[in-house]
Amino acid sequence: MRKPIIAASARIGAILLGTLLICGGAIAEEGGLAPANTRVDNIASLQRGARLFFNYCSGCHSLKYVRYSRLAEDLQLSEEDVLSNFAFTGAKIGDLVVSNMPEAKAADWFGKAPPDLSVEARAKGPDWIYNYLKSFYLDETRPVGWNNTVFPGASMPNVLWELQGAQRAVFAKAKPGEDARVEKFETAIPGRQSAAEFDESARDLTAFLEYVGEPAKLKRESMGVWVILYLGFFTFLAWLLKHEYWKDVH
Amino acid sequence: MANEGVDHGRRRFLTATTAVVGGAGALCAAVPFIKTWEPSARAKSAGAPVLADISKVEAGQMINVKWRGMPVFIVNRTAQQIDALKSLDAQLRDPSSSNSSQQPAYARNETRSIKPEWLVVVGICTHLGCSPKFFGELKPEPFDPQWKGGFYCPCHRSRYDLAGRVFSGVPAPANLPVPPYKFMPDGKHILIGVGPEGAA
Amino acid sequence: MASVFASIGNWITERAPGLMPVYRKHMTEYYAPKNFNLWYYFGSLALLVLVNQILTGIFLTMFYKPDAAAAFDSVEYIMRDVDWGWLIRYMHEVGASMFFIVVYLHMFRGLMYGSYKKPRELVWILGMLIFLTLMAEAFMGYVLPWGNMSFWGAKVIISLFGTIPWIGESLVQWIMGDYNPADATLNRFFSLHVIALPLVLLLLVVLHLAALHEVGSNNPDGVEIKKKKDPVTHIPLDGIGFHPYYTVKDLFGAGFFMIICAFIIFYQPTLGGWFLEPDNFIPANNLLTPADIKPVWYFTPFYAMLRMVPSYLDTAVWGVIVMFLGIFVLFLVPWLDRGMVKSVRYRGTGYKFGLVLFALSFLMLGAVGAGVTSEQIPKWFGPDANATTIENLFGRFWLLVYFASFGGLWAYTYFGWEKTKPVPERVTTHA
Repeated sequence: MRKPIIAASARIGAILLGTLLICGGAIAEEGGLAPANTRVDNIASLQRGARLFFNYCSGCHSLKYVRYSRLAEDLQLSEEDVLSNFAFTGAKIGDLVVSNMPEAKAADWFGKAPPDLSVEARAKGPDWIYNYLKSFYLDETRPVGWNNTVFPGASMPNVLWELQGAQRAVFAKAKPGEDARVEKFETAIPGRQSAAEFDESARDLTAFLEYVGEPAKLKRESMGVWVILYLGFFTFLAWLLKHEYWKDVH
Repeated sequence: MANEGVDHGRRRFLTATTAVVGGAGALCAAVPFIKTWEPSARAKSAGAPVLADISKVEAGQMINVKWRGMPVFIVNRTAQQIDALKSLDAQLRDPSSSNSSQQPAYARNETRSIKPEWLVVVGICTHLGCSPKFFGELKPEPFDPQWKGGFYCPCHRSRYDLAGRVFSGVPAPANLPVPPYKFMPDGKHILIGVGPEGAA
Repeated sequence: MASVFASIGNWITERAPGLMPVYRKHMTEYYAPKNFNLWYYFGSLALLVLVNQILTGIFLTMFYKPDAAAAFDSVEYIMRDVDWGWLIRYMHEVGASMFFIVVYLHMFRGLMYGSYKKPRELVWILGMLIFLTLMAEAFMGYVLPWGNMSFWGAKVIISLFGTIPWIGESLVQWIMGDYNPADATLNRFFSLHVIALPLVLLLLVVLHLAALHEVGSNNPDGVEIKKKKDPVTHIPLDGIGFHPYYTVKDLFGAGFFMIICAFIIFYQPTLGGWFLEPDNFIPANNLLTPADIKPVWYFTPFYAMLRMVPSYLDTAVWGVIVMFLGIFVLFLVPWLDRGMVKSVRYRGTGYKFGLVLFALSFLMLGAVGAGVTSEQIPKWFGPDANATTIENLFGRFWLLVYFASFGGLWAYTYFGWEKTKPVPERVTTHA
């Protein structure tokens, strides 16, 4: 009675495993990005990240699908705190987080309007954002004076340079016919934070953007346990019922 | 297929248990679908309480503030207008505001308001939904030679006094509704949508 | 409780006498073989997923806006502002992929046990029509969020029709209603996805089940159970009433399946980008082509067939033809297979080999279409290797294997090379 089930399960398991290995192989390789190791369930990290976002990013970047009231709820902050610390634009608590920068002017000034970041973490992934924030370097050839190894030619200045400091790129010797690769960074101007502290800041900001990408994530993960437990119980009952009826059959 | 030895009792029990547990699960699964019909965060934001600035509203003047898509009339009543209210009781359909669905408890008084000077009512005629016009002055009007101030609805000629109370003999069945509202501590603003205890 | 059902049954019978016999014919007196195994769950699971797609789809339609300027925003509105909207959306999106997993396994069962053979060719044809409709339905569904992959996927697939000689260009414009996939395209895809194709799908499913019930189900041994009936009751000796035996078994199967779906919905709703691609979180932008445009996983084998065939004589239509042939050849299986034995259990070694090769080629072509090969080649062959050449070699090899397995099936059975084992008279069970 058991053998065919085992054989079939083994077959299906092997297919799944093989598929997962292909997936895993396909996903893990992200062009050498250091893992962000964000903890989206760490409310303190999200709060710090939110503060960083509203102090350094919200001048240009909107979060047009996010409401201040939702931030208050999910980040366990009072509505007054959110309005006074985050909403600089005279917004009401139920409003969407919109930046004050007029889009047309921004496209003029930066060459490209700063994109809305609501789902940036879902499109690029937290690892990309984390590395991007840490990879700015001084580059006089660029209009904004900065370049970025993760996103070469980015039109964005390093808004976090006060914290990180300003770094310069050290280029490795170029192979013939190829552009010189950036080998490492060296600090040109130190920032207020140490390297480890800035890593934390970049992580917090990334975690905040990750949360913003999918606010329902924490809820769905905590709900999932109950749903699966219930379904397990129901399936068990259904199996007992099936077994009882199938005693007839041989 | 063997039919002897079928434990019908056990079958019935298992069928019933599975049905009950499954039914409970189905009901729980229905809940999220039903809940999607609740006002979304967007609707709640658009329907959020509105702060009205009353610092520049002179005595006898009315301002019109939009709340949840509805016009809310805020009138700064003069002493003369407040005094005239008592004399109208006999002509009104519901002079003592006994219809409790038309105002919160704190507005169930002579002036239908928290403070006597300030009237706050939803400006939608209780007949068929037109917006009544403000006729604040105590002077004869074509629709009433003894007019003591109030609102006149042009659609079907219903009339209300300066406490929003409906006159008898007009099509409208009820007084103008008083929305939840409260005065802000600075004395310059009325918050429409939230009552003084905090309940909306 | 049973008597309540009985009295309702009587009430109906007094007013519509034909109804209760129909119920009995399709449930309690539909005698299905008693030896159904794991592979026989997927039909009822497909029905379960269809119900899920319809229910969640109805609710999504209450909040989604089929306007190019508002569609992307409306999906985020569902995910954030609508109470529980995120759950409905994930159930629909995961359901779409689960639909194809279940349907592919269901089709493979048909191939394994010869369920397409006489007298069930019509069941198979209707099933293939369901598959075609499902592919169209899924394609249009993916366009609706109007993400960048929605847009570019639509552009690529619609442009396939542009390769048809003479009428291609006008056909593409007619499909799009514009010069590019645009608001007009989105609106009509919405209508087709929400009402037209679901109605077609429902009709085909009803016909598929009706055709099946006319001839009765096949089974893992490929034995026709109607050949041996009880002389008194005329019930097939190896048959058991669908209700209660298979309703109860399918209920268990549904429970188990829903556990798997719950894991995905609650813990990996995009399945690492396989079910919902990251590029679709970027709004549609006809000036920003994604780094690699690829369809969702369930289309990847056919996409690979398209890509592996080069252009000749200034036209790329050959790839399009081969891709459609890849689907069409499945319609022909009942006539390609000249063998008399239904089930793989009793068929020749060559047949088993061919079946494995078919499945393998489908998976390998899928890997090519998904871009897995182009990613892995530099790792296996070094960064200087010509990835395109190697991928073409790999893909074309498996493309040939895919079609060869059908041609081989025909030759193998037509020329009598197959050596089958004797098929038992009665079904075999593990009991």
